[in-house]
Amino acid sequence: MVFRSEEMCLAQLFLQSGSEYDCISELGELGLVEFRDLNPSVSSFQRRFVSEIKRCEEMERILGFLLREIQKAKIAVPQEDESPLAPPPRQVLEIMEQLQRLEMELSEVAKNKDKLQRNLLELTEYTHMLKITRTFIHSRSRHEALGPQYEEFPTMETDSATGSTGMQRLGAKLGFVSGLIQRVKVEAFERMLWRVCKGYTILSYTEVDESLADLDTGEISKSFVFLISFWGDQIGHKVQKICDCYHCHLYPHPENDEERADVLDSLRTRIQDLNNVLHRTDDYLRQVLQKAAESAYTWVVQVKKMKAIYHILNLCSFDVTNKCLIAEVWCPVSDLANLRGALEKGSRKGDATVPSFVNRIPSSDTPPTLLRSNKFTTGFQSIVEAYGVGDYREVSPAPYTVITFPFLFAVMFGDLGHGVIMSLFALWMVLTEKNQNKKRSSNEIWMTFFHGRYIILMMGLFSIYTGLIYNDCFSKSLNIFGSGWSVKAMFTNQQWTNKTVQTNALLTLDPNVSGVFSGPYPFGIDPIWNLAVNRLSFLNSYKMKMSVIVGVIHMSFGVVLSVFNHLHFRQKFSVYLLFLPELLFLICLFGYLVFMILYKWLAFSARNSSQAPSILIHFINMFVMQGKDVTPLYPGQTGMQVFLLLIAVMCVPVLLLGKPLYLYWQQRGGKGLRRRRGYERVRRVSEDDGSITSIHEEDEEEGFDEVTSREAPPKQFDFADVLLHQAIHTIEFCLGCISNTASYLRLWALSLAHAQLSEVLWAMVMRLGFKVTTEVGVVFLVPVFGLFAMLTVSILLVMEGLSAFLHALRLHWVEFQNKFYHGTGVKFLPFDFSQLPSVFEQDGLL
Amino acid sequence: MVDQFAIVMSVMTLFWGIVGGVVPWFIPKGPNRGVIVTMLVLTAVCCYLFWLIAILAQLNPLFGPSLSTEIIQYLRWAWD
Repeated sequence: MVFRSEEMCLAQLFLQSGSEYDCISELGELGLVEFRDLNPSVSSFQRRFVSEIKRCEEMERILGFLLREIQKAKIAVPQEDESPLAPPPRQVLEIMEQLQRLEMELSEVAKNKDKLQRNLLELTEYTHMLKITRTFIHSRSRHEALGPQYEEFPTMETDSATGSTGMQRLGAKLGFVSGLIQRVKVEAFERMLWRVCKGYTILSYTEVDESLADLDTGEISKSFVFLISFWGDQIGHKVQKICDCYHCHLYPHPENDEERADVLDSLRTRIQDLNNVLHRTDDYLRQVLQKAAESAYTWVVQVKKMKAIYHILNLCSFDVTNKCLIAEVWCPVSDLANLRGALEKGSRKGDATVPSFVNRIPSSDTPPTLLRSNKFTTGFQSIVEAYGVGDYREVSPAPYTVITFPFLFAVMFGDLGHGVIMSLFALWMVLTEKNQNKKRSSNEIWMTFFHGRYIILMMGLFSIYTGLIYNDCFSKSLNIFGSGWSVKAMFTNQQWTNKTVQTNALLTLDPNVSGVFSGPYPFGIDPIWNLAVNRLSFLNSYKMKMSVIVGVIHMSFGVVLSVFNHLHFRQKFSVYLLFLPELLFLICLFGYLVFMILYKWLAFSARNSSQAPSILIHFINMFVMQGKDVTPLYPGQTGMQVFLLLIAVMCVPVLLLGKPLYLYWQQRGGKGLRRRRGYERVRRVSEDDGSITSIHEEDEEEGFDEVTSREAPPKQFDFADVLLHQAIHTIEFCLGCISNTASYLRLWALSLAHAQLSEVLWAMVMRLGFKVTTEVGVVFLVPVFGLFAMLTVSILLVMEGLSAFLHALRLHWVEFQNKFYHGTGVKFLPFDFSQLPSVFEQDGLL
Repeated sequence: MVDQFAIVMSVMTLFWGIVGGVVPWFIPKGPNRGVIVTMLVLTAVCCYLFWLIAILAQLNPLFGPSLSTEIIQYLRWAWD
């Protein structure tokens, strides 16, 4: 990450027909350039390489199916560290064939397996049915033996000749229908049977112990085995129809016991055989999937890269005369040599007769913005870019954000103990980052924290420092150097006696008494304030003033950074007409406020504390120019204030009208100057024509920028437009100065909130644990500490941390960046294979 | 006893002055040199400023702390 974004150039690539695939593949591996679409009017179905892309998508479909099957079989897909290169076109057909073969094999095996399982289910049901109806019949025969009540239901065992029943007289035949029905339908089935057949059927049913899986829906449900005995053919038909309607599985009912036993035996052997076959099928399927899983990762990456290359090739335009593809790319100037090397390498691989080459062309389009960053600075870069990507070659606030953002966070968060916990958490994430990167979790919240690990580490470290300065560690103060306040001195100087101590509940130390105050605490806030009742009076005054001082300095820094933008874009007049009035306005008013704060701290002490003035009253009096009633801070104060106010007031019209009037004069008047500049412009352009292919020096490149930036304004100089913009800018800046300075008071507000929450948590939770002093207390302290720890982490670390993060971010985005940053640029997105997301990763298949 | 305030002031100013002004010269040349130097200078400025504000605010206190008498009794004998 550097001061400003990198210099970019537009280049034309001439890719020879044989080697274009390999050249693009090389460029994709390196991730150097961003391709522009040269066929914007062509729809995606009419582009040149549509059929290749369709082929790639077909392969992706098969791979998706394959990965799903592998996942179902719970086989792990081994991932390699080095990603394979995109395959050359001849290898593509091989891969396609392999994948299609695999798909066919898998679907066949799956179909067979399905058939076998259905068969198995049928046989199992049949077995159950036979066993259970056997009990029906036998129970009935037992009943038969008991008495004559069940004459109407002669079993098959008894000879029909022994007893003549009423039914036989009618000549009707007894029939049986047996099968299985789902549990939920049993009652309805019974009722339907009764209504339709009106007592001419008898239904008995029992539940099957084992729950069977219904193959069509895959649910496991209980079934009932039923046996219907009926007589008469018509009833038989009706029964059949009803059984069909309720989706019963019907099986033939055996005539007698021997038949039943035979059928049972044969079923048993068949079931055994089927189980064997199913096992073998499973094994075979697993084998196939295992083999496929070994190369699945390679295939996925290769197909992804291939598809990307064809997409890029679709963006290029085809030159019929030279039989080559032309591509237009944005390339960083410093990478042009690498680009040439990549094209050479690609040409060599592709065995083309003529090598591909690159040609730099001038352009008036604004190039995209590239800011290189390493793993540490990426986090800070991304929070700056969340506001807006910088304009081309604009000063980037990111390198400063690396330190000022954690610092402002820490000012609002300042607690030693919490800072230590935060730093340790961030340190753990940083030290295990290699493993975490491999795991690639899909939990979004965790990934957000992980990507910001360096930010959190810096925030934690700065919080430790500010915690030491605020002297706040889990709401307790540390006394390292010895307090500057002495209670004993109040007694030795006879200010307090034992009697005063007995009669009063609260006593205030008086710094006027000698020996009570021996000097400021060397590092941070004195620990005695933590014990004092009027702690907040002192701390509030200190923190508010601190916030204003930090805020004014931060904003001045922002204004100063705008100078670099003005100078770079060759707008020297802006330095005098924009920067200078802005800085003077800020310094004369708020810089003077900072001066008054410092003066009051240094000049007034306990001796003349009764005359110590309120800074705020003086500041307000300065604006209304009414300083007569109040005693001056220093001699000559009124004169000085009037002078500063005058300067500030004069800056406003300069800021408002300076730039528009200057540009107007430049366009209309100032003829002499313009002629000279026009000549300079012509000279520069002719120079550039001659040396287009070589890499330019920084100065000549400035000339390019100047040409591009100068070409635009004179075409449409609209005075009203510029004046309006400048008026808005002036109002925004001047009113913004006041509101932004006040906005920095949130530094005070949040640090106060954090300190108070921390104190409440200690007093309400932890202290209860300490107050209990018996042996019970020791045991009681354990859950109390658990509660304290949990509340600390959830409320003080997570909630307050997020809150302070957000406010520090706002201070950067609004108060700091609106002094100099435009943030309306486009980000440079190079064609890089590692940046392309894989569809399968998103689905969680890989 | 030499003025404690002067010692502390000079020590801290010297320390952060070294961090922000001297150490940047020793950072080896590389792609990250700019960022590291910026970070050192900004850290020195921010931390020194923060410490300075804290000590200046306490230099001439206009009022003292109000303590409860229990604490006064404790401090009378515990702190020197």
